[in-house]
Amino acid sequence: MDHSAKRRDFIKFLAASGALAGCAAVPETPKKPIGRVIVIGGGYGGATAAKYIRMWSPNIEVFMIDRGTEFVSCPLSNLVLGGSKKIEDLTVSYRGLRDHGVQVIRDEVTGIDLAKKKVKLTRIEDMPFDRVIVSPGVDIMFDQIPGLNNADAQKAILHAWKAGPDTVALRKQLEDMKDGGVYVLSIPKAPYRCPPGPYERACQVASYFKKAKPKSKVLILDANEDIVSKKGLFLKVWNEQYKGIIEYRNNAEVKDVDVKGMAAKLDFDTVRGDVLNILPPMKAGKIAESAGLITANNRWCGVDWLTMESVKAPGVHVLGDATLSAPLMPKSGHMANQHAKVAAAAVTALMNGQQPSREPMMVNTCYSFVNDKEVIHVASVHQYDVAEKTMKVVQGSGGVSAAPTELEGVYGLAWAQNIWNDMLA
Amino acid sequence: MSRKLMLPVALVLIGTAFPALAQTADPNLGRNLAAGCANCHGTNGNSLGGAASLAGEPKDGMVQKMKDFRSGKRPATIMHQIAKGYSDAQVDAIAAYFSAQKPAAAGGKS
Repeated sequence: MDHSAKRRDFIKFLAASGALAGCAAVPETPKKPIGRVIVIGGGYGGATAAKYIRMWSPNIEVFMIDRGTEFVSCPLSNLVLGGSKKIEDLTVSYRGLRDHGVQVIRDEVTGIDLAKKKVKLTRIEDMPFDRVIVSPGVDIMFDQIPGLNNADAQKAILHAWKAGPDTVALRKQLEDMKDGGVYVLSIPKAPYRCPPGPYERACQVASYFKKAKPKSKVLILDANEDIVSKKGLFLKVWNEQYKGIIEYRNNAEVKDVDVKGMAAKLDFDTVRGDVLNILPPMKAGKIAESAGLITANNRWCGVDWLTMESVKAPGVHVLGDATLSAPLMPKSGHMANQHAKVAAAAVTALMNGQQPSREPMMVNTCYSFVNDKEVIHVASVHQYDVAEKTMKVVQGSGGVSAAPTELEGVYGLAWAQNIWNDMLA
Repeated sequence: MSRKLMLPVALVLIGTAFPALAQTADPNLGRNLAAGCANCHGTNGNSLGGAASLAGEPKDGMVQKMKDFRSGKRPATIMHQIAKGYSDAQVDAIAAYFSAQKPAAAGGKS
């Protein structure tokens, strides 16, 4: 089948699947677009890149491919465990992207043919591209926790580090747990997705226990030497709000689990729990690996920070958690959104025959909910360092909250509404 | 060609060459940097609430606010920390971009 015939079939498929419905307000793509970008992954990075490329250069055709039918946010998903939010509150339709002319496809990418510049999919035919944006998030390394390396074990012991049905299932496990039970949360060695996330999760579960099961405990097993993010603030909250509920152990790396005995195995110790929530080590999402984009520690993808282009594959841009982070740069949704904008600016410039910017900036803001209402933040501003060819924190910028406040709780929720709108509306 | 004619020709060449050079430097600098603010302040500065809407705001006012965040004159939960990450020239480019944006009627839709 030749390319145009495939393309006709593909359009038919889109029309049949309803992907072309409601196109009235779509920015018009010229009859002959200057090229095609395929975005793999519809999370904080991918969705933002897709929208911004269309916004800044409507002469480029953009397809975004994701396994899911809608966006579910990891940030705020700990509040589902705490009980103050439902998963529906964190779920946003991809419809707004279609209004920008992004063609959203539900499918799974199985490979990228770099030589032929084609993306391989499970449901539809290979799709050619001029540039591809890979924003796959993280892959959970179950093989590092042998007892967890099968489907049954993964249903009994959840990570819930990708928001969705597992988040709801973990909440159910907490609800079903008897009062006086122990919830064990393990944290892998950094870098992992969302540095303050596990400590926020401990707060949220403790906040639920305090109200509903006051004899229960939260035990944190941290593989790291110390609390990775917002240390002083989390310690203060644990001491003032969750004394006797949260127990923290550092240098406590979980190496295996016993699913039947509901126990986490450390080097010299075995810890039993009523609910085990194990976060295995993480690496760049599977597609990054199969496309050969991983360049560091067998886990992360090195990028040129001026364009977010893979250091290994020209024309392939990698965003978000999958990248080999620059110094002090967190793997966060907010940061993925910033990566996406640098990539969108570079891709639209390059495809229109212009120079990409030499002066990219990236900001990070992470709000953590220490209970239903109070929030603490960490922020940083990163600029491109020409000599070292990486992003570095601007000296004197950034910092953390002075104390947990309800005012920042309001800002934290407003942050979510604004960033979801910025990527999806 | 006489020397008298050479000079004006050279001046004309310089006159046209410089704006072109300035443009190829980074025509989208303000837009690109402002996009970094949009996570909290909304796409093109149209916020849904929490962080201020910046679309169509007077440029000078925004520049002054950033200076006041930096100096501590204007109290903030987070902007005093973020403002310190940007140079005066960057703030100027960002403020110029936001002030030229149309404020959305409602809902912050870009």
